[in-house]
Amino acid sequence: MKKVEAIIRKSKFDEVKKALHQIEVNFFSYWDVTGVGNEKQGHVYRGISYSTSDIQRRYLVIVVSDNFLERTVNTLLETAATGNVGDGKIFVSDMIEAYRIRTKESGSAGIN
Amino acid sequence: MIVQEQAAIDKAVEAITGDMSALWILIAGILVFFMQAGFTLVEVGFTRSKNSGNIIMKNLMDLAIGSVMFWALGYGIMYGSGLVAGGFFRTSPADQGYFFFSATDWYNLFFQTVFCATAATIVSGAIAERTKFSTYLIFSAVMTTLIYPISGSWYWPFDDDAWLNTAGFIDFAGSSVVHGVGGGAALVAAIMVGPRIGKYVNGKAQALPGHNMMYGALGVFVLWLGWFGFNGGSQLAWGGDDTIAASSVIINTNLAAAMGAIGALFLTWIKHGKADISMTLNGALAGLVGITAGCGAVSPLGSLAIGLICGIAVVFSIELIDQKFKIDDPVGAISVHGTCGFLGTMLIGFFALDGGLFYGGSGKLLWVQTYGSLSYILWAALATFIVLFILKKTIGLRVSEKEEVEGLDIHEHGTEAYPEHITHDK
Repeated sequence: MKKVEAIIRKSKFDEVKKALHQIEVNFFSYWDVTGVGNEKQGHVYRGISYSTSDIQRRYLVIVVSDNFLERTVNTLLETAATGNVGDGKIFVSDMIEAYRIRTKESGSAGIN
Repeated sequence: MIVQEQAAIDKAVEAITGDMSALWILIAGILVFFMQAGFTLVEVGFTRSKNSGNIIMKNLMDLAIGSVMFWALGYGIMYGSGLVAGGFFRTSPADQGYFFFSATDWYNLFFQTVFCATAATIVSGAIAERTKFSTYLIFSAVMTTLIYPISGSWYWPFDDDAWLNTAGFIDFAGSSVVHGVGGGAALVAAIMVGPRIGKYVNGKAQALPGHNMMYGALGVFVLWLGWFGFNGGSQLAWGGDDTIAASSVIINTNLAAAMGAIGALFLTWIKHGKADISMTLNGALAGLVGITAGCGAVSPLGSLAIGLICGIAVVFSIELIDQKFKIDDPVGAISVHGTCGFLGTMLIGFFALDGGLFYGGSGKLLWVQTYGSLSYILWAALATFIVLFILKKTIGLRVSEKEEVEGLDIHEHGTEAYPEHITHDK
């Protein structure tokens, strides 16, 4: 089992979610985050120009069995990209165990 | 016989007109009352979410305190009959006394009460996010009991004892009497309280963006609506010629607000490359403040001009005060109410159909308008300085640094305006 964490543009979220459903990755969590990166956003407020590197993004956590890993990552790489600075990052790590609370199943049965 | 009938008809018509006038003043007063909601929304929207609860409390309580104090003392000082200190202020008529329990001019008391609360609440925005709540309440009480009523008595009773009235001063609904006083007080208060932490870094003004432009916009719409009562109601009569005059006042008010927004929009668009939301909202208010003095004395063309001038002036004034003078005014109250209050009053000297320079006037009106308006602003500034100086030496003006950084809501009021939301501090 692997944990795939992806930080993506909020504007790309709907597209990514749809694509994940298409490859039958139906279970994942997400939340909105603020991060600091290479991108800078220019603002003007009441006549004062300022730029902020505090960027709003969406953070997805997807736990998949090993045979789902490649297509999950590829789907994210495909659909979350715009080609501009600030498209985000994907992190993959090993996941030791997973349980489904209702049935008390563990392992791959616990996540699919 | 016919003569008698005619007299009876005249009397009946007069009674009906009187009733309609009172009704119009009451309805207009109700509209002005709702402007308190507008001021609250603008101030909350243009500031950070950690202080929203404090702003709710300031705007609620200056209305509450003002309502009681103006009823108790303020109205008598402003509209009384006995002159004190050569007409500097007044005392309540001997037969009536202060603390109004039995009067016939209830509707006027109500109308003037909400005007007084407006003048008081202007100050709130200029000193938002760092002023001690208790200090603000005390200042608000003095503002509604003494500062506003004293200078109000110089003109608005419209009698021979009001020195600006006899001088020929024109301020229909209070560009100076209300907004100039509020703006002058706001200027001194903002200077004395000092800027918010983080507003000036190495002498350079920083942007501290307000947290909710929707609140700001809704506040401006509420104020714009309320202003029809503020200015239209200041005709103080309804029926016949007064109906036409009050309607013309409302048209002038609307046109000036529109031009204020248009002026600020295009100026910021050209200046900064973006159509600035909060500045354009300020522009509409600037037009409204500007036309408040002259809405009964100028043509629609004059209203368009006054609105446009104020909409442009407010942007320059805000940037000048914020960036050059380094006076921190989160909502632009000094510029909207002070600068445009003065400009609107002074511009009557040019645009008044009767006596304005552009309509064959001599310049005498311009002079009266200028010193009249400055009298109001300087009076408010001086009185505010004295009150805040005393408060500074006693209970202090500001919250502690810790309280300011963490937010006034949690420290002054023990709760937050958005308990389930993340507040974005800066």
